[in-house]
Amino acid sequence: MRKPIEKPKSVGTATVFINARLIDPASNRDEPGGLLVKDGMIADLGAHLRRNAPEGANVIDCKGNVLAPGLIDAQVFTGEPGYEHRETLKTASHAAAAGGVTTIVVMPDTNPVIDQVALVDFIQRRARDNALVHVQTMAAMTKGLQGEEMTEIGLLKRAGAIGFSNGKSSVINTRVMRNVLSYAKDFNALVVHHTEDPYLSSGSMNSGEVASRLGLPGISKIAETIMLERDVRLVEMTGGRYHAATISCQESLDVVKNAKAKKLPVSCGVSINHLTLNENDIGPYRTFFKMRPPLRKEEDRVAMVQAVANGDIDIIVSSHDPQDADTKRRPFAEAADGAVGLETLLSAALRLVHSGDITLTAMLRALTVNPARLLGLHSGRLVKGAIADLVLFDPGEPWVVNKDLLRSRSKNTPFDEAKMQGRVLRTMVAGQTVYEYAGVERT
Amino acid sequence: MTSKSNTNALKVFPRRHLLTCEGLSANEINFLLDLADRNADHIRNNGRKRDVLEGRTIINLFFESSTRTQASFEMAGKRLSADVMNMNVATSSVTKGETLIDTAVTLNAMRPDIIVVRHHAAGAVELLSQKVDCSVINAGDGAHQHPTQALLDALTIRRAKGRIAGLTVAICGDILHSRVARSNINVLNALGAHIRLIAPTTLLPSSPERLGCEVFTDMWKGIENADIVMMLRLQRERMDASYVPSTREFFHFFGLDHEKLARAKPDALVMHPGPMNRGVEIASTVADHSKSVIREQVEMGVAVRMAVLEALSAHLPGFAEDAR
Repeated sequence: MRKPIEKPKSVGTATVFINARLIDPASNRDEPGGLLVKDGMIADLGAHLRRNAPEGANVIDCKGNVLAPGLIDAQVFTGEPGYEHRETLKTASHAAAAGGVTTIVVMPDTNPVIDQVALVDFIQRRARDNALVHVQTMAAMTKGLQGEEMTEIGLLKRAGAIGFSNGKSSVINTRVMRNVLSYAKDFNALVVHHTEDPYLSSGSMNSGEVASRLGLPGISKIAETIMLERDVRLVEMTGGRYHAATISCQESLDVVKNAKAKKLPVSCGVSINHLTLNENDIGPYRTFFKMRPPLRKEEDRVAMVQAVANGDIDIIVSSHDPQDADTKRRPFAEAADGAVGLETLLSAALRLVHSGDITLTAMLRALTVNPARLLGLHSGRLVKGAIADLVLFDPGEPWVVNKDLLRSRSKNTPFDEAKMQGRVLRTMVAGQTVYEYAGVERT
Repeated sequence: MTSKSNTNALKVFPRRHLLTCEGLSANEINFLLDLADRNADHIRNNGRKRDVLEGRTIINLFFESSTRTQASFEMAGKRLSADVMNMNVATSSVTKGETLIDTAVTLNAMRPDIIVVRHHAAGAVELLSQKVDCSVINAGDGAHQHPTQALLDALTIRRAKGRIAGLTVAICGDILHSRVARSNINVLNALGAHIRLIAPTTLLPSSPERLGCEVFTDMWKGIENADIVMMLRLQRERMDASYVPSTREFFHFFGLDHEKLARAKPDALVMHPGPMNRGVEIASTVADHSKSVIREQVEMGVAVRMAVLEALSAHLPGFAEDAR
């Protein structure tokens, strides 16, 4: 087992990446060069290091592959505490490392719910002792995620909670939501909300032709948009910092764009699934494609991709949600929502780059510096003095996803047997290599 | 002293009721405080009860339970020789469904001279005052006003500091639900104090700065160099939604402890209208500290209520003959 990665390592010897294509979305850097890592930090970078390794440094030849800031995934569900058979912080962190993700934000939907200072401490201690990557805690905004009483936002933030979410459910009580936003503002705390009116979303897939043919109850887009519109009104009233966790349709995007035009502190995210899949993928009731919000129509997916490309959507998340056979091998309507995604996040996102829908820099921006800014992290940038959280990847390498090889404890990937182009070669967290592609995937 | 101050009252304090502090002039307030000041000294010097209200009847009509305010009004009335009747609303016809106005009309028919009313609904005391012929004193209506509390706070400050104008008063805690805060804002503003409100946004009324106060959501900043730190009770019985997550968190960020108090002026006074939630809005050791004037506040309560009864009694019909 590896040592804790919280403190930068003083390994004495430096590591230098040479012959790399440096991409830093924060500074719009995309150039051949090299990068020097010392004591867990980025000590130097630039074209002058492309071929010249400093004396005594440990040299990694990138062979022209992309060296970028490690990815930051702002929405990861694990099973710890409570559902360790699905995922632990340790297994999630191994999956993250293999996916080039150097920081994961774990969601409070556990058992018990992360709604108390002691539980934030627990997550941080377990992560420190077991995780390969940085783990940040998203705390519950209401006690037990019940949507009735707000949590100790001030004390939780002081204990290290990076934001406040109601997990997979929306706060239905408008007054509670208003109070949470008001109260959170006093502590400059970020409120992240899953927007879905429960009364309008009792179905199991996107409402429309496919649902009608499959005979499944549909979930209208309006369930998402109504809740989002309400929230934006509350933000307008309270001034609280608000992030819509995962939007999935043009109508929601319009709400966020309007809010931004009014200079409200509103941002939004989208899951990788809603950028790369649509409702047709459900096919013959494949439950691995059942998720919240539901996969929408192709035109919604296209709208989401364009919005990431032009910056209207701020961040991409994996929405990694491990589910086991118990919860997934059921009739579609009874199956649990969610899909694992940490290990396929970057490869899936590269699909959009290869198809010409989005530039590599724009895609990486939504996975590095944007989530860093949103969450107030100092990582996500290639800059001297920053923590050496890095991903080295070959954007062209073809491979086929095999769910049995996933490091995640749960195998519910919607990309099983999918052909991917582009894969992670090495992941470094605080100057320490936590994943290295061996050339042939382990069996 | 009686006849002189009462004749004076007709001119300086030309009011039949005391319902709100909003609109009270500095002159009116100072007149009441001067009167109360003398009462306080009189009581301290073991003075006997005075006969200002001899033969007058006061009804204490409390629709909301109260210990200290009711006792204080009763004591004040008795020290002025009035006959005081406490109406225990819990056992009255109010619980049988009688409306507020019917109660008022019924009591009015008994011809009391002064009614002291506390009610849980804002505006209820004023409504009642419109239906009776006697004087009415508001002893607290919902989250609206509690005039005698603000007057006794002002008197406590004036006696301790010698002035009110120019002092910085930090009012901290559950301002949203506090009639004490609203009354104090009126009185202290009229007397020229600088008022700061300190609370989480969820416990502030909307547009608090429009009330003539500086607003702080960070107590560490709001308490800086304050002359007076006035803590309010966290009114959990008035909370119908999640305004603060827990008393622990509230105490951590908005409770008065020695660390936060050290940011105020060295000679700052600590006040609390009571009853206190020790360990919620105020640390026990702060409440019992030498800077705390919480006990003086209670003492001044009787003196101020005497002054108010006295001032209003000048307007009672038939007073002129008595004075002669």
